[in-house]
Amino acid sequence: MNLTVNGHVQEIAPRPGQCLRTLLRELGWFGVKKGCDAGDCGACTVHLDGRPVHSCLVPAHRAEGRAVTTIEGLAATAEGDGLHPMQQAFLDAQGFQCGFCTAGMVMTAASLDQGQKAELPVALKGNLCRCTGYRAIADAIAGVRDAEPSVAAAGGNLPAPAGPAILTGTARYTMDVAPEGELAGLLHMKLLRSPHPHARILRIDASAALALPGVVAVLTHEDAPARHFSSARHHHYMDDVDDTRVLDDVLRHVGQRVAAVLATSEAAAEAGRDALVVEYEVLPAVFDPEQAMAPGAPLVHGGKNADSRIADKARNIVAELHGEVGDIAAGFEAAEIIHEATYVSQRVQHAHLETHGCIGWRAADGRLTLRTSSQTPFLTRDALCTLYDLPREQVRVFTERVGGGFGGKQEMLVEDIVALAVLRTGRPVKLEYTRPEQFAASTSRHPMRVSVKLGATRDGRLTAISMRMLSNTGAYGNHAAGVLFHGAGECIALYRCPNKRVDGHAVYTHTLPSGAFRGYGLSQTNFAVESALDELAGKLGLDPFTLRRLNVVTPGDAMVSWSQTHHDVEIGSYGLGQCLDAVEEALSRPSPERLSDDWLIGRGMAAAMIDTIPPRGHVAQTRLRLTTEGRYELLTGTAEFGNGTTTVHVQIAATLLGASAGQIAVRQSDTEHVAHDTGAYGSTGTVVAGEATRKAAEALAATIRQAAAAKLGVAAEHCRIEGGDVIAGARRVTLTDLAPLEAIGDAAGTPRSVAFNVQAFEVAVHRRTGEIRILRSLHGADAGTVINPMQCRGQVEGGVAQAIGAALYEKLVIDEDGAVANPSFRGYHIPAFADVPRTEVFFARTHDSIGPLGAKSMSESPYNPVAAALANAIFDATGVRLRETPFTADVLYKLLPDQKDAE
Amino acid sequence: MDLNTVTEVLRPRARAELGGFDAGDAFLAGGTFLFSEPQPAVRRLIDLTDLDWAPLLAGEAGLTISATCTIAQLHAFEPPSGWSAAPLIPQCCRAFLASFKIWNMATVGGNICLALPAGPMISLCAALDGTCLVWSPDGQERRVKVADFVHGPRENALEAGEILRAIELPVEALMRRVAFRRCSLTSHGRSGVLVIGTLARDGGFALTVTASTRRPVRLDFSALPDRAALAERLARAIPDALYYDDIHGRPDWRRHMTGLFAQEICAELAEGAA
Repeated sequence: MNLTVNGHVQEIAPRPGQCLRTLLRELGWFGVKKGCDAGDCGACTVHLDGRPVHSCLVPAHRAEGRAVTTIEGLAATAEGDGLHPMQQAFLDAQGFQCGFCTAGMVMTAASLDQGQKAELPVALKGNLCRCTGYRAIADAIAGVRDAEPSVAAAGGNLPAPAGPAILTGTARYTMDVAPEGELAGLLHMKLLRSPHPHARILRIDASAALALPGVVAVLTHEDAPARHFSSARHHHYMDDVDDTRVLDDVLRHVGQRVAAVLATSEAAAEAGRDALVVEYEVLPAVFDPEQAMAPGAPLVHGGKNADSRIADKARNIVAELHGEVGDIAAGFEAAEIIHEATYVSQRVQHAHLETHGCIGWRAADGRLTLRTSSQTPFLTRDALCTLYDLPREQVRVFTERVGGGFGGKQEMLVEDIVALAVLRTGRPVKLEYTRPEQFAASTSRHPMRVSVKLGATRDGRLTAISMRMLSNTGAYGNHAAGVLFHGAGECIALYRCPNKRVDGHAVYTHTLPSGAFRGYGLSQTNFAVESALDELAGKLGLDPFTLRRLNVVTPGDAMVSWSQTHHDVEIGSYGLGQCLDAVEEALSRPSPERLSDDWLIGRGMAAAMIDTIPPRGHVAQTRLRLTTEGRYELLTGTAEFGNGTTTVHVQIAATLLGASAGQIAVRQSDTEHVAHDTGAYGSTGTVVAGEATRKAAEALAATIRQAAAAKLGVAAEHCRIEGGDVIAGARRVTLTDLAPLEAIGDAAGTPRSVAFNVQAFEVAVHRRTGEIRILRSLHGADAGTVINPMQCRGQVEGGVAQAIGAALYEKLVIDEDGAVANPSFRGYHIPAFADVPRTEVFFARTHDSIGPLGAKSMSESPYNPVAAALANAIFDATGVRLRETPFTADVLYKLLPDQKDAE
Repeated sequence: MDLNTVTEVLRPRARAELGGFDAGDAFLAGGTFLFSEPQPAVRRLIDLTDLDWAPLLAGEAGLTISATCTIAQLHAFEPPSGWSAAPLIPQCCRAFLASFKIWNMATVGGNICLALPAGPMISLCAALDGTCLVWSPDGQERRVKVADFVHGPRENALEAGEILRAIELPVEALMRRVAFRRCSLTSHGRSGVLVIGTLARDGGFALTVTASTRRPVRLDFSALPDRAALAERLARAIPDALYYDDIHGRPDWRRHMTGLFAQEICAELAEGAA
């Protein structure tokens, strides 16, 4: 059939049952994205004869004779040269972060009439963005301009360098590549997944599958290395337990890989997968972490060796923690008021719009090469080397632009099996998770049950804090220990108190594995501690801000949780007081909304602290080159997945090199580029990788000045770099005359500082229906020097929005058979435009003594105080204390005073 | 998404070309559901769009909506004067979880045949006393009330090979005064409760409960009931087990909200009648 795409008449025969999205991508229009493949997220939005549609739902045969416009062709539909006005508007307001949803968002926004633009919560309900929190999108559509393209130095709103490529659909993500050249003969992988929560594979009969046309190979546990590893990626691999195989003969959760089918098309791979015959011995399973620790419970990893590092495999305990400072018993003895309660955080999914996926092949020189969607390409390379006994030089891992991460890509979830398939077949192999696989068979936040006991004097001084954590790590221990220890840290270290105790267990169950997730344990414990403090404040008759001010650490205080062990964290700058003051002042202003008496109004707050860098080492390296064109090439290991670090690297380098942004080109996240990089996790993109860039830029600036000094016959300290020249008094030499020059900067991730966040909400709760409305959202953030206020604000807004999702809507439901019951965006509601209030963001004015140019981290931490602040506001409004997220109307309504009176 | 088990697409242009219906066949209308989930049992798609049914026919007897009428076409419908129930049309369109973009493809018939509790076209057509016109594979046709067409979540009255051809809304229902209430656990999210009341000139009142129940429940009254009578009738007509239980709302909350909305609807319609 013929169709017209972006003005080009194209001839293609669609497959029966094919959708328009895959047809367009096969034609090379990679701007059309797959976010959900089910019509829910809108990332695949195109115009069909001028009307916006979700191309994943359009039967391809219906496009015959019709005109399709994708993001690549949008500009041509507008008058004049250059971009479509909506593309330009998204650049001006930087209405994107990772950019994966952006093409669909812009195609939708470009189709809206004035009435729809006046009602964006309705008009944009078919477009999900996980990164921005939608404020920047609203601003883009409203024509607000935030970006300052000419301001390269730190402190300015330099737009993201990738912006124009994202807005025109030319930015390349992991899957945006045609099966040509080195990828010719690409095989597609589909995974058969376990239907049982616990079973042993007795037999796999692949003969019927292998007989199907197009099926090339089937991989089972017999093909996999015997070696165990962890999908978690950390600087030290010993931080995680080795309990996972690429393909195992024991299945420990519904959705675990059973076998992989490789075929010449996705359809053939699916058919092969469905033709596999597997005989299972079903084994008893346990889903509840309490029950999993009880004597006689089925063991998840009972057969593992001692070198797996599992704490107590006979009790399903993967990691535990017990520590006390001071004398906890004496602390409670001295208390005049005691509060104790248990708070429960549910299982939530990262829901980055780009699912996990990887393409692997043998490069012409024979190297195993992986193009993948990862926050940790270097650690993934190292893990593959260990797993398959390959030298580092024989493996290259790189990412293109990554479509969101939130911790979910600090794991090796696809690369291990793609590597196996490449090594086995010698052919290029692609594995792309479906959205249901993303929900039901990747990882989630650790569900956690946290009991907190607080003791205080009548005047509000804490005498004792104790906390018990029960963390459900699911079937595998990836990040179990790290999340347990991190969760036990800063939420308690934030408070001055002589007596503290923490006990924690991370426990195996036969459920979906938990993993790294924004906040890394702190969102769960912060919910508990900050809710408990609010309850304590109520008992004391103290204002919650006052209680915080009485007890928070201040400069000079030691930051101690459950251990006195010397550590490398210090208060490099202290903006907590400013955050508390700004949020309190804003919250005290009168409510902007006038609601009827049906609505109960309340206010609540919570505070949070986070170490700016993960403990025990986190390294980064930047190579900075002055090229013979007088430009700079900046090579860094850290990955860009919407966190905005590319912009930050440009700004740091520009500041120190006196350069314009246009002079600096960043290339990143490729094991080819630099010696090592621990990865873009633990909020390190600015403070560690940025520090490496600072060092490289300072070193290169010194080298340039020296070279110029030699040429000009002056002292180096008299030379100043300005744009393309070095100037010394009246003399000048151009950079092109000094090039090439190169410098390397290394950062070791120590010492570390702390960043602070304070969140407050004003909410309204309907007294009869239980509906919760957020009237105001206020956030104070201490990020030290804010290198890019527009982007940093976006990180805060996005973190708050994602946390509102976890506090009000999101829950991965495990059914009675241990399977995820709601593996789609229709069953798992992430915040849409309508769900997210505008958050007023206040930045503390501090300058950190440790971070690059005075900066601190600000990517995970805004997430952490949100759930408690909401619970506290709901309590203030209604008198009902909610101790389990998410807070929903169908639970709340019957606890409300009106409803209780009625029954 | 690609439906990779499909090997053939039929595009009949007339009823005579519909042919036989085999296991593995699926009728394709808008495709917004069919292409949104894996359909491993489907081998052949029978695309209904080339049958070219007129989407909407308004006449003295009422409104006939073709099954293939898109939500966008229905939403754009300009009702004749006197059809005081017509505001329900945009209200129910907006009750879709899906956005206006999906309205360009999704069909009224598809939404009814899918038979989900939250299907807003079920709410609309059941509240307006709609009748489904069903084509049988033997060339015959039959009619069944919309409220009886939907049996429960994903269960409808169609036999194998039958097609929903159209929904007929009688003019008597379209000339009623109406009141609409809806709620969801999320803003503009999937309906957890959707209740519609209609009041005839002769005082007859009908309450249609959807989304909160496993199938539509339509209660007819000769006149607006008082609070106690309404509560009693609801309790009798909707046993606890009929309230739907899924991620979009607990059944006790759906029951509570249904009662609340039913009373509000009666009060609203009583106010206008006075």
